[in-house]
Amino acid sequence: MSESLYRMDGLCFAYGQTRVLHDITLSLAEGRFYGIVGPNGCGKSTLLDLMAGIKRPEQGTITFHEVPLASYGKRDLARRLALVPQEVDCGFGYTVEEVVLMGRHPHRPRFAAPGDDDWAAVEGAMEKIGILPLRHRQTTTLSGGQRQRTIVARALAQDTAVLLFDEATSSLDIKYTLHIFNLVRRLVYDEGRTAIAVVHNLNLAAAYCDELVFIKDGRVVCHGPSAETMTAANIARVFDVAAQVSIDPYSNTRQVSFDYFR
Amino acid sequence: MPRPARNLSLLILLLGMALGLAIVVATGMGYMAIDSGDIVRILLARVFDAPALIAGLEKNLSYVVIEVRLPRILSAALVGAGLATAGVLYQGILRNPLADPYTLGISSGAAFGAALSLVANLSLAAHFSTPLFAFVGAVVTLAVVLRLSTFDGQVSAQTLILSGVIVGAILAAGISFLKYLADEQVAVIIFWLMGSFAAATWKGTLLLAATVLGGVLVALFYGRDLNIVSLGRRSSDALGVDTVKVRLILLVTASLLAAVCVSVSGIIGFIGLIVPHLLRFLVGPDHRRLLPCSALAGALLLLFADTLTRAVLPVEVPIGVLTALIGGPFFCVIFRHKQKGSGYE
Repeated sequence: MSESLYRMDGLCFAYGQTRVLHDITLSLAEGRFYGIVGPNGCGKSTLLDLMAGIKRPEQGTITFHEVPLASYGKRDLARRLALVPQEVDCGFGYTVEEVVLMGRHPHRPRFAAPGDDDWAAVEGAMEKIGILPLRHRQTTTLSGGQRQRTIVARALAQDTAVLLFDEATSSLDIKYTLHIFNLVRRLVYDEGRTAIAVVHNLNLAAAYCDELVFIKDGRVVCHGPSAETMTAANIARVFDVAAQVSIDPYSNTRQVSFDYFR
Repeated sequence: MPRPARNLSLLILLLGMALGLAIVVATGMGYMAIDSGDIVRILLARVFDAPALIAGLEKNLSYVVIEVRLPRILSAALVGAGLATAGVLYQGILRNPLADPYTLGISSGAAFGAALSLVANLSLAAHFSTPLFAFVGAVVTLAVVLRLSTFDGQVSAQTLILSGVIVGAILAAGISFLKYLADEQVAVIIFWLMGSFAAATWKGTLLLAATVLGGVLVALFYGRDLNIVSLGRRSSDALGVDTVKVRLILLVTASLLAAVCVSVSGIIGFIGLIVPHLLRFLVGPDHRRLLPCSALAGALLLLFADTLTRAVLPVEVPIGVLTALIGGPFFCVIFRHKQKGSGYE
């Protein structure tokens, strides 16, 4: 069996008395684009936090590159994996550039001024996301979507092999949503990075992700290649809605249509 | 393009020079006007132990400068720096632009301790008992507030403010009760609560200097982490910052600063609130710039206010009252102005 990026075995997590994850056992490989799908409150974000090392599981083990995740230092981990949180809070009125530069924090010694490689990463990230013209704007004056793109750029500037996205396109219009999904796709296929994204839009998940993990009530319902798991039966089981999955002739991808008016 | 660091050095240099100048000018002002040149000579003579420099001067001039005015002037400047630094730290950690020593009940705790010592007429350590009790009150309040807002070993920013307000309200009731019990002592309590530097001593000044310098250095050490912590817990953890640790260290630093300042001078409001706001407006929110500039500006502002009440106004108005009377309306103006443009959310 080849080395896996993440190996989770029997993970459980609770907020106080409320259990949100039960016995999660999952193995994820490098160089793939994973989608995590499931209804609101099913534990997707918590699972992402466990993978990012922000929360510690109550029970079970989680390894990263076959080493227990908890044994990595915080800065070391931040050089290996980046998280794009759902929240688009950018603190006090930092400029776009200042926020993106914060992505370089784990790479920089405490009192060092940003070096050429830091600026190159920051400018490259802003360029890729298309926010270069906004670089001197205060984040408090931006729209929700612009702020969300700033935070994605911050994660790109972090220059990590693994990227975790928690609904990173929830505030974006269709143009920028496709822009970011295509960007992530290139990061995975051209640069060999790994993306693990919580995705609400099933059509985007089916079109872009290699593998899907369906989660319901804190348990993994199924995990496998998108072509095999994105089925009407799984959608009904996890979301409790009637749907039909077919190959869309225009995009040539699996697309889901719903029985809207039932 | 990074914001040029040269401008920052220049600004700090200018603020530092302005503060030095303000100290000399303020020392010359008062019931007995003293020439700036004489003050510099007295200071140099003292620092370099060269009595020849003040050969031609009246003897009591040196006494007034060194023993009467300087402790008060330096205390005012140091308290201003300390309160402004504490304000920057609280606002950054709590991600709330309205946070200051009041928000966490620290000031109320100090006031309660001071009022208690005054009512009980305690004289454990001579005239140090009131500052000592104020300090203990502030630290105990901080411990209670932290305990109240800690869940699963983590301090939550939102519950911290709530706990601070609740504990502050209880303490305010306690202070009212102490005033009620105090009879003829009530005037002493009220005077202390309004803040004053009239009783400043060199011992207090040195204690302040050590605390403020130490506090500012700790804050600067964690300046970049504080920038990231102010983005929120999830982001800062994901960027490799030990959010819980940084928050706790800076919270304790800010509270010790506030506690020592309040215990020396009584309650002085608005410095911790106005100065960070104003400076964020001028130098941006980056804490590595904001912290040193706020400390210097806070020192200047409180020195100005204290000199105003000491040497300019016909009657000495308690400094806490003065800062609130000037600072309050000023704050309202900035607040409105900021809301119009790119206000806080």
